[in-house]
Amino acid sequence: MNVKKFVVGNFYEEAVLFPAVTKVRRAGYKIHDVYTPFPIHGLDKVMGLKDTDLHIAGFIYGITGTATAVGFITWMLAYDWPINFGGKPYFSLPAWIPIMFELTVLFAAVGMVLTFCWLCQLAPFVKKDHFNLRSTDDTFTMAIECTDKTNEAEAIAFLQSVGAQDVEIQHREADWWIGRYDRETVRFGKKVPQI
Amino acid sequence: MSLIRYESQARAPLVEGNKTYHDVTEDICRPVEAKPSKLWWVGFIISLGLLGFGVVSIYMDIVYGTGQWNLNKTIGWGWDITNFVWWVGIGHAGTLISAILLLFRQGWRTGVNRAAEAMTIFAVMCAGQFPIWHMGRVWNGFFVMPYPNTRGPLWVNFNSPLLWDVFAISTYFTVSLLFWYSGLLPDLATLRDRAKLKWSKFFYGLASFGWTGSTKHWQRHEALSLVLAGLSTPLVLSVHTIVSFDFATSVIPGWHTTIFPPYFVAGAVFSGFAMVQTLLLITRKVLGLEEYITMEHIDVMNKVIVLTGSIVGIAYLTELFMSWYSASPYEWFAFKENRLNLNSPYGWSYWLMMGCNVLSPQIFWFRKMRRNILVTFFMSILVNIGMWFERFVIIVTSIYRDYLPSSWSTYYTPTIWEIGFYMGTFGLFFTCYFLFSKFFPVIAIAEIKHILKKNGDSYKAGYSKEEMESYDAFEHEQSHHH
Repeated sequence: MNVKKFVVGNFYEEAVLFPAVTKVRRAGYKIHDVYTPFPIHGLDKVMGLKDTDLHIAGFIYGITGTATAVGFITWMLAYDWPINFGGKPYFSLPAWIPIMFELTVLFAAVGMVLTFCWLCQLAPFVKKDHFNLRSTDDTFTMAIECTDKTNEAEAIAFLQSVGAQDVEIQHREADWWIGRYDRETVRFGKKVPQI
Repeated sequence: MSLIRYESQARAPLVEGNKTYHDVTEDICRPVEAKPSKLWWVGFIISLGLLGFGVVSIYMDIVYGTGQWNLNKTIGWGWDITNFVWWVGIGHAGTLISAILLLFRQGWRTGVNRAAEAMTIFAVMCAGQFPIWHMGRVWNGFFVMPYPNTRGPLWVNFNSPLLWDVFAISTYFTVSLLFWYSGLLPDLATLRDRAKLKWSKFFYGLASFGWTGSTKHWQRHEALSLVLAGLSTPLVLSVHTIVSFDFATSVIPGWHTTIFPPYFVAGAVFSGFAMVQTLLLITRKVLGLEEYITMEHIDVMNKVIVLTGSIVGIAYLTELFMSWYSASPYEWFAFKENRLNLNSPYGWSYWLMMGCNVLSPQIFWFRKMRRNILVTFFMSILVNIGMWFERFVIIVTSIYRDYLPSSWSTYYTPTIWEIGFYMGTFGLFFTCYFLFSKFFPVIAIAEIKHILKKNGDSYKAGYSKEEMESYDAFEHEQSHHH
């Protein structure tokens, strides 16, 4: 069993959290994650996370839906069993637009939600750890992953110096449910933004 | 998007009472974690009773067929389709609030969107009952699905508005459910992390899908919400458009008109907002959420009601004018004799509709009336009665006197089983709503926290414009810093 060590600190103000994230990253610590009770715009940028490509997936699912509708209806009504509805052409595209549209939306929505759950590894009965139960209430919880080289006391002191409260060491099994599937950080640039 | 966007001090705060993040959690979770009140039980049991009445009515329909209803050869569509359109229309307000107002960045939607979306889902569930049980031989209901069958295979008619309806309503239900539930995940996680009882730990643990609040997950969640909102916006417009096609593509005088799609959509939003008012006025009082669903929210929704009510009014007049201007004697007869004529069998329903939908909402031009709870509650009921009669007028007064006077059906009254079926959907709707208000947070906790610092009482006054702008500048810099 592979146990990992984390230095965990809590923040209560966005205005403290933002510069703290910057300083922690600049000091060379590896932020495992920051858990927040609500979306904080810009935090992903400060943490150096890449933008998500979920919308592109949504677009692809959408056109798959359109193509499915056009393809299937054409095959059914124009080739497999053509029926004469009031003398109208077998291939009557304008009449199919409503269903083409509905399937576009249906495929895009269902596909995106499933992709979202898959990317975030969310499903019924999945149990994950976020270090502090209050982080779904009013606390912004930052977890720093300890490597062999990390001096724990130093890391704790550093986190306290940037404004974190109740800083402590926590051990977690490094299994997939705490593992980062979000390794897509961008390299930290020279220019450090200040709040 | 910004960390904290500046909101004019002239706008009233959307969260009252100097809340902290923790207060928000406590206030909204309280009704879920407390034992249900006596009032809740009374309401729930009445709803179950109505649902039971509905089940018996449907049983009668299955056993004896739709002959249990007072439909006849002339009036082939009556209460059943009226109720269907009415319920679908009600659902539209929820999607408007959750999707369209999200795209328009209307902060006030956060207080009401969760309950309104739930209302949408339950209303669409109720609406779906009517076409399903109207099939008569409901065990053959799967025939509407295009599946390879042993009858040819004979495919369904994709050129028919009734089939478009099948796709529109089922897509609408699915997408609304996904949108609602994906928004619920973070709040269910909040309840999970607070849970003390064994069953609630299990239930919310199961329902929250293991949500942690990771920054990356929030980023994806935001992207998902935005795209789902973008998809739901044309979807909600398409649904009532397609419902109106059921009528508009026919050649029945009174139905055969191009104004139907926008007219139906406006009416849908109108009746939906009335239902949102009815539900939320009770919900905020019973669950003690007046600081989150404020007078400001009620005021804004009443503005939407007077706007959409007036659009509907213009549509009624346009429709009337066009039936005369078309110079089609059948069109004009349908309007002049079947609707306008108060002495005709259903003339009263046309004027009832006009009074409830066009005249009465005009009261909301007055701020005092918009902010009066009793007036709002009364109006919300009145509008829904009016909108029910709108559908009744469209459907019954157009068909009870058809082209052949010998087959005119002078009067159509519903049987007890038609009434029971309708009451049963009320039972279904309120049973679902009572369960929702007990087991789920009726206000989106995370979203309220998200707007708290710019729309909350204490914070709003605390920030100067310059401070806010410096946050904006910081955020702007961050977004371009890769």
